[in-house]
Amino acid sequence: MGDWDELYRENILEHYKHPRNRGTLEHPDITYEDANPLCGDQLRIDIEVKDGRIEKIRHSGHGCSISQASASMLCERLEGQPLEEVKKLTREDVLEMLGIELGPVRLKCALLALKTVKAGVYGITQWPGEEEGAP
Amino acid sequence: MTPAPPSGVAPAPAARAAFSPEAIRAHFPLLRERREPPLVYLDSAATSQKPDVVLEALQRHYTRTNANIHRGVYRLAEEATAAYEDARRRVAKFVGAGSPRELIFTRNSTEAINLVAYTWARANLVAGDAILLTEMEHHANLVPWHILAGERAVELRFIPVTGDGLLDLGALPGLLADGRVKLTGVVHISNVLGTVNPVAEVARQARAAGALTLVDASQSVPHMPVDVKALGCDFLALTGHKMLGPTGIGALWARRALLEAMPPFMGGGEMIREVRLAGSSWNELPWKFEAGTMPIAEAVGLGAALAFLEDLGMDAVFAHDQELAAYALERLREVPDLRVLGPAAEKRGGVVAFELGDIHPHDVATVLDHQGVAVRAGHHCAMPLHEKLGVHASARASFHCYSLPQDVDALVRGLHRAREVFG
Repeated sequence: MGDWDELYRENILEHYKHPRNRGTLEHPDITYEDANPLCGDQLRIDIEVKDGRIEKIRHSGHGCSISQASASMLCERLEGQPLEEVKKLTREDVLEMLGIELGPVRLKCALLALKTVKAGVYGITQWPGEEEGAP
Repeated sequence: MTPAPPSGVAPAPAARAAFSPEAIRAHFPLLRERREPPLVYLDSAATSQKPDVVLEALQRHYTRTNANIHRGVYRLAEEATAAYEDARRRVAKFVGAGSPRELIFTRNSTEAINLVAYTWARANLVAGDAILLTEMEHHANLVPWHILAGERAVELRFIPVTGDGLLDLGALPGLLADGRVKLTGVVHISNVLGTVNPVAEVARQARAAGALTLVDASQSVPHMPVDVKALGCDFLALTGHKMLGPTGIGALWARRALLEAMPPFMGGGEMIREVRLAGSSWNELPWKFEAGTMPIAEAVGLGAALAFLEDLGMDAVFAHDQELAAYALERLREVPDLRVLGPAAEKRGGVVAFELGDIHPHDVATVLDHQGVAVRAGHHCAMPLHEKLGVHASARASFHCYSLPQDVDALVRGLHRAREVFG
């Protein structure tokens, strides 16, 4: 028993129950929507950019605790940062933020937010090594 | 070769008199093996567990009978051929086929449906024809028709699903009225809702309107008595791994006259009568549709699975499924915010899909998994149905002959736990 708390570490549940930067923006400079059809997770990211910095970033949609918490953590981390920061972020950063080990199915949940932000900012729909993880 | 187990191995339970899931479990090594936490397997609609007799049949085939079939003139090859053809006869008899020649082995139901789509449909359907499906089809009975409709102007129509998870048969006459429907494809038991569909009635109306009927029996043949003549259908697709058999073996049953007229599916060895450099002529049924070396051991294993199920009695298996589903529906009522998809117990088989408040099914399944309860979470290869029901995804518990009421109890405990974690 008990090892569920290893997966649902308190900070994941905390972000899931009280998501940061949740919502949409009225006049976003960047908006991008992506989905994880396998689970039915859907995510939209809105970004307002000012002087090359992420002035405001919001996430909306629906999904499991892992996908929602990672969106919340990612937005919290990126708000106020230079847009360049998005390029530097890797899947390892996201997994480190979540602080958990994930199987291949839940990995996709965890990385949906990063994928959506990167695609929105740079039109990157795939990042190095993604194809190795399939399906 | 007879699929009777070798001496020293307990025979399948002769349980017709008293169906005992506890006694049945003892025949499934994966279920009787001790685990911590104990395994509560509630995903039999995805694939069933395998009894000893099936595993032994595979082992016995490879250790005593292994040779390629229909070729060698030596005795071993003849024995292998006899074992494979014996399995075909068993499957044919199991679904009430008139002749084993009407029973084509495939990899699974998906391949069986694709066989119909790529041969019969492409030889017979022209622009302006229509195919009538239902809103509760598994992707296996949707996507092959999407591909066809992308190639030629064949219209796809759908029998609607009602709010309580039944087919809206009232819509059927209207959908068939213009006479353009040439094929009706209907799932016998929904892998999400558990609904047992009135296939015989659909087939009757389809026939009267000049259409053939294909039944996706993936979830029905493993759980209830199915007779193709009683259903009045023209094609029936089934898969072995959901009925205690190995993966990689399934079957298509079709009326003989249809199969005779259909072009072959895949070209290769065994499916030909004569090959010249300029062309070939086709083998007789059923081998015309079985190109290349088939999954011989898997077919033999499926034969052993059917013998096991026949010993249990399919009426008893279905009654057990229904009883468990009814018990699950009753117990799930105790869980606050839980919404079951699909109809009342008397209209369903051993499948119960549900939503738990706002908690994502993946989270539900993960909490359950950490308590040893294996359920499926997602859209169960039925995205259009989930869309229709206004649900992004669901969690699903499904049963087979070895499932116990205690499995349902463990599920309910796990769901309470999930509410605590995410509440």
